[in-house]
Amino acid sequence: MRRTRKIIEKIVEGIFALSGAITSITVLLIIVFLFQEGLSIFNQKPVEENSILAVHPNNPVSKLSGLQIKDIFDQKITNWKELGGNNDTIKLFRLDEAGSLFNEEQMGSNFERLPHCIDSYLVKTPGILLFFNNRYISKDFRGKKIEIENVNPYSFLLGKQWFPTAQPVAQLGVLPLILGTIWVTLGAILFALPFGLATAIFMAEIANHRIRNILKPVVELLAGIPSVVYGFFGLIIIVPAVQKVFNLPVGESGLAGSIVLGIMALPTIITISEDALRTTPRALKEASLALGATHWQTIRRVVLPFASSGITAGIILGIGRAIGETMAVLMVTGNAAVIPHSYFEPLRTIPATIAAELGEAAYGGLHFKALFALGCILFIMTFIVNLVFQFIAKKKKY
Amino acid sequence: MKSLKLIIALFLSGMVSFGTQGQLKIKGSDTVLPLSQKEAEKYMASHKGANISVSGGGSGVGITALIDNNTDIAMSSRSMKMEEKMKLNDTKRAFKEVMIAKDALAVIVNKSNPVSKLTRQQLEDIFTGKITNWKEVGGPDLKIIVYTRESSSGTYEFFKEHVMMKKNYAADALAKPATGDIVQSVSQTKGAIGYVGLAYLSKTVNSIAVSFDGKTFEKPSFKGAKTGTYPVSRPLFYYYLVSKEKEVKPFLDYILSKEGQKIVDEVGYVSIK
Repeated sequence: MRRTRKIIEKIVEGIFALSGAITSITVLLIIVFLFQEGLSIFNQKPVEENSILAVHPNNPVSKLSGLQIKDIFDQKITNWKELGGNNDTIKLFRLDEAGSLFNEEQMGSNFERLPHCIDSYLVKTPGILLFFNNRYISKDFRGKKIEIENVNPYSFLLGKQWFPTAQPVAQLGVLPLILGTIWVTLGAILFALPFGLATAIFMAEIANHRIRNILKPVVELLAGIPSVVYGFFGLIIIVPAVQKVFNLPVGESGLAGSIVLGIMALPTIITISEDALRTTPRALKEASLALGATHWQTIRRVVLPFASSGITAGIILGIGRAIGETMAVLMVTGNAAVIPHSYFEPLRTIPATIAAELGEAAYGGLHFKALFALGCILFIMTFIVNLVFQFIAKKKKY
Repeated sequence: MKSLKLIIALFLSGMVSFGTQGQLKIKGSDTVLPLSQKEAEKYMASHKGANISVSGGGSGVGITALIDNNTDIAMSSRSMKMEEKMKLNDTKRAFKEVMIAKDALAVIVNKSNPVSKLTRQQLEDIFTGKITNWKEVGGPDLKIIVYTRESSSGTYEFFKEHVMMKKNYAADALAKPATGDIVQSVSQTKGAIGYVGLAYLSKTVNSIAVSFDGKTFEKPSFKGAKTGTYPVSRPLFYYYLVSKEKEVKPFLDYILSKEGQKIVDEVGYVSIK
C-alpha cells in the first residue's frame, strides 16, 4: 500500500518536473526561432533577389544609397548632377516598360533578343537608370552596375523611412516604429497608473463592502472585453472626441491610442494592486492606527509600502498588455510611420506593423525577416521593462 | 434511418468526387476571390458533378501557380507582367487572358469639403505629400489628411501604380487595415481624403470626380466604370493555358453569361456585358 503510494508520488513529481522542463524549452525555442529569423535580415541586400540596377558606362556615379534610389524613383531627384554626376536628366527604365519601347519584332517572338535591346538602349541613353532581372542581361552587357549596401543594424535601427514593399529598394528604417511604441506605452501608463492606483486604494481601503462588491465585477468585466471591441470604441468615440476637444486636423493620434490602451491596462493594474493592498496584515494597520496615525497616513506609510512589490507587478503586466497590443492600436493611432513630435500626431507601433503586414509578406523574404527583427526588438523592450521593475521591486522590500 | 442513408450517400459521393480528376483549381488575387467563390458556388449548384476549388494568395501567387502548373486558372487584378509572360514563353506554353469583370476605386472626401473634382496629377501630388493643403486645389485653408490602405492590400498597389505612377505614398499618410475603416475615418475627419472600392461608397462621404486628361471630369459610377469613361478602374482577369481550354471553358462561359454577370454586380464589382 505504502509502496504504491510512493510510486504514484514519484510519478506525479516526474510529471510536474516534465511540464516545467517543457515550458522552459518551448519558451527558449520560441526565442531562438525569433532571433534566428530576425537577425538573418542583416547582411542581406534590400532589393529583390537577382535584380540589377545599372547606369550608363560613362556615368561617374557608382554607388547610391537606398534612400537616394527611392527619391530617384519617386522623381524627387531628377538630375544626375544632384548625385555628383554629369548634368543629365535621369531616365528610368523598368522591365515593364520594355513593351512600350521596343516592338515585338525587335524583341523577338520569344523575347530572345530582349537582352540585346536593353543593352543597346542603355548605350544610347546617357542618363539611364536601369532596373531589371539579371535573367535578361546580355553576355556583353556594357552598363555599369550600381552597388547597393547591405542592411546593417545601424541603418535598420536608426533609419527613418519604413517602406518595406517599395520598389526597387525596400526602405527598412524602424526608428519611427520603436519611438511610436514607446510613446504610446508611456502615454497609456501615465493615464492608467494614477487612475488604476486610486481605484485600487479606494476598493481596498475606503469603499464599504457593498460598493466593492459592485465595483470588483465591473472592473473584471473590463478585462474580458476583446481588444477589437476596444478598437472599435476608440475609433468611433475616442478619436472624434480627441479631435474635437483639442481642435486637431485628425483625431487618430498617439493620444487616442494612449487613452484606449490605458483603459485596457486598467483592469490588470487595478485587480493586482488591490489584491496586493489587501494582503497587508491587519496587525500592521492596527498598530499604525493605535499609534495615532490617521487613516490616510496609514495608507501612505504602511499599506502602500507593504504592497509596493505587488503594485509593481500590476504595472509590469499593465505595460505588457499595452506594449504588445495590436488590434486596438491598429485602429486608433493612424499608423503613419513618422517620428512623432507630439501626442497629437498619428504614429505607428511595432505590434500593429507586424499584425498588419505579416499576412502578405512572402515566407522567408526580406519583408518577412524585417518583421521578425521587429519582433526581436519588441521582445528586448519588454525584457528591459521587466528587468528594471524587478530591480526597483527588490530595492523597496519592506 | 433516412438520415443514415443520407450520410452513407454523402460519404460515397464524397469518395467518388475525391477519386475523380475533374477538379478545377482556381488561385490568385484576393480581390477576385469573393467573386470567384460566389460564381463557383452558383455554378456547382446548377451543374451536377462540377467540382471547383478556389483559393487566394494574391495575383502574383496565382500567376506563379499557373506557371508551375499548380492551378488551372489564375485570377489576377492586373495584367500579366513582362517577366511572367517570358517565363511561360521559356517553356513554350501559350496562355489566354479573359476579362471577367471590372473593379473601380472611388476617391472620397469628407461631407463638408467643397472640393468635388481633381486631376490625376493633383491626386498624385496629394498622395505623395507634395500638396498638403486643400487651398492648393481650390478648397478651404485646411490641412489634407491622407488615408491609404496597409501595404499588404491589392488596392494599395493598384492606386500606387495607376494613379501615382508608381511613386511611393507620403510617409505621414495614415494606413488603415480595412476599407470600412477608411470610410469611417473620412466621414469624421474634415480634411480627409481616401480611396475605396466602388461597392463601399456610402452617403456619409463625398466622392470626387476624377480626370486623367485634365479636361473631362467623371464621378465614380458603375456605369462609368463599365463604359470606361471613369478612369480609376481596373479589369479583373482569368488566365489559363490553351492546353487546358476544354476543362476551363464551361465555367468561363458561365461567368460571361447573363447569369454569371449578374453575380458580378451582386458581389459589388462592375459587370462587363
